[in-house]
Amino acid sequence: MDLGAINPVLLVASLMVSATPILLAAIGELVVEKSGVLNLGVEGMMITGAVVGFAIAVNTGSPLLGFGAAALASAVLSLSFGVLTQYLLSNQVATGLGLTLVGLGLSSLIGKPYEGVKSTTLPDLHIPLLADIPVLGPMLFQHDLMVYLSIALVAAVWAVLKFTRFGLILRAVGESHDAAHALGYKVVRIRLMAIAFGGACSGLGGAYLSLVRVPQWTEGMTAGAGWIALAIVVFASWKPWRVLIGAYLFGGVTVLQLNLQAAGTRLPVEYLSMSPYLITILVLVIISARGYHGAPASLGRSFYASS
Amino acid sequence: MNRRTLIAGAALALGLAGTAMAQDKTKVGFIFVGPVGDGGWTYEHNQARLALEEHFGDKVETVFQESVPEGADSERAMTQMALSGADLIFTTSFGYMDPTINVAKKFPDVKFEHATGYKRADNVSTYSARFYEGRAIQGHIAGKMTETNKIGYIASFPIPEVIRGINSAYIHARKANPDVEFSVVWAYTWFDPAKEADAANALIEQGADVILQHTDSTAPQAAAEKAGNVITFGQASDMIEYAPRPRVSSIIDNWAPYYIARVQAVMDGTWESKDTWDGIGPGMVGIGEITDAVPAEVKAEALALKDAIANGEYHPFTGPINKQDGTPWLAEGEIADDGTLAGMDFYVEGLTGEIPN
Repeated sequence: MDLGAINPVLLVASLMVSATPILLAAIGELVVEKSGVLNLGVEGMMITGAVVGFAIAVNTGSPLLGFGAAALASAVLSLSFGVLTQYLLSNQVATGLGLTLVGLGLSSLIGKPYEGVKSTTLPDLHIPLLADIPVLGPMLFQHDLMVYLSIALVAAVWAVLKFTRFGLILRAVGESHDAAHALGYKVVRIRLMAIAFGGACSGLGGAYLSLVRVPQWTEGMTAGAGWIALAIVVFASWKPWRVLIGAYLFGGVTVLQLNLQAAGTRLPVEYLSMSPYLITILVLVIISARGYHGAPASLGRSFYASS
Repeated sequence: MNRRTLIAGAALALGLAGTAMAQDKTKVGFIFVGPVGDGGWTYEHNQARLALEEHFGDKVETVFQESVPEGADSERAMTQMALSGADLIFTTSFGYMDPTINVAKKFPDVKFEHATGYKRADNVSTYSARFYEGRAIQGHIAGKMTETNKIGYIASFPIPEVIRGINSAYIHARKANPDVEFSVVWAYTWFDPAKEADAANALIEQGADVILQHTDSTAPQAAAEKAGNVITFGQASDMIEYAPRPRVSSIIDNWAPYYIARVQAVMDGTWESKDTWDGIGPGMVGIGEITDAVPAEVKAEALALKDAIANGEYHPFTGPINKQDGTPWLAEGEIADDGTLAGMDFYVEGLTGEIPN
């Protein structure tokens, strides 16, 4: 056993990178669920973002344009889910699963010409002054733009939900769409905006996989990351900062167990891989034992304005 | 003859014509563990499927299902394929072993071919390639080229095929460079690009400058390229897009000749259950071009090793070799028998760490 081989600075740095895709997808899904919509299509939107972002980055040479296009494409895709569930009142669970299947198929179709192609990736930013701090600098302040953007997004979502009028309306729509409607708020319009935001975030998360973390396009490359993002929202009991903790926990455990193995420790890696899921179940048990689970009351229910 | 019997007769005739046409075509099914675009293992199986179609033209019809999870789900996929009239089904991952045997029992008239397993039945054959022969060549190049003396190995599942590869690579790396050390990371997946990239990064951060992979995607290649001073080998497929660096050579699976021979056997009615295990000699394992990133004399040694293995002069598991705990396995000059190799569940002496179970 040689724990000394693990460099904690590099460990934290790679933890942040490996958690960023699921963090982006999860914070988007949190907003969607806060508005009372359950979109299980995260995986499909992520992989669409991954392929579109990669394709645009390859063709234009600009990873930033790639991220922009990925967000746009996934937002458009998520709006198809929005139209089906909000106007045509289709079942949200089934439509969300359908969205995942569509995304997986569509992405492998679009991605065919991009297999084995290389793209430019986002450069790491060295934040002046902060990046030069020993230990903390390389750990926290030498990442690429998207890592910081994902954290900023968590802060923004938290602030908007907690302090602004729009956040209050969004939460009202998610808790009781009938009451919100009676007060004159456009339930469907607000939900569509939330769905599009969630789609855009998932797209960014997917593009982060194909443009920074891996970086390449491979069919089926999200390999279940979208489902983990959904689990994190529940784990976080619909609170933005807990989403950050959850994503770093899930990402961190994966990176930590791989590092422990590479260092030759005899810890049983299976238990370590299992631990985030065990913690999620534990959290669910605790919050349901307390009687308040934090889920928006109208989550997953269709809204139809009868008058 | 009234109208009803006429219609019934016509339907019968049509039905007969239909079955006659169906008999003309041999329907071949494939169960894949990853997507056909993984750039590695499944990609090569699919290339062989396409080669089948090209070779037989109209006489064969192929169907495939990709990204089928190992375990109970695969049983459903195979059953569906057998029900839809497949004559021969290739199940192309180790984890399909028991499901293949179960489904084969229910469909005695359908022939099954299971890759990399060891369970057979009257209508189940097994086939695999001696990838460990290619691993010996990789191990030699890795041992010669590493500067940190640390070689990282991304393993998938602790099954004999993967353990054989680790042992073979290690034995030959050690021969080339007595100071070499192996770090093995078990990813517990065949295909998860993000996790494979993380595993490669973890190994590189801990000082490995050679990455060997036994997972299916090209993600470790991309990670090595990003890190810079690291070399890799293509796995299952050539992965030539990462040449000349980081990918300096590769093991290429060439399934097409075997698939064509087995489909021909079904057409001729000569198919019978057997076990095929071919290596570099018969061409089932190919060694991808060794690039100029490898010094000329190392390249020459590697090619000489390849030739010696191909013509049977040298076997990668030739004694003296001890097991990890120091007990003797092969005496001086003794060659491992296929039975022990097929069920290999131990590390050879010098490897650190334990095989998870």
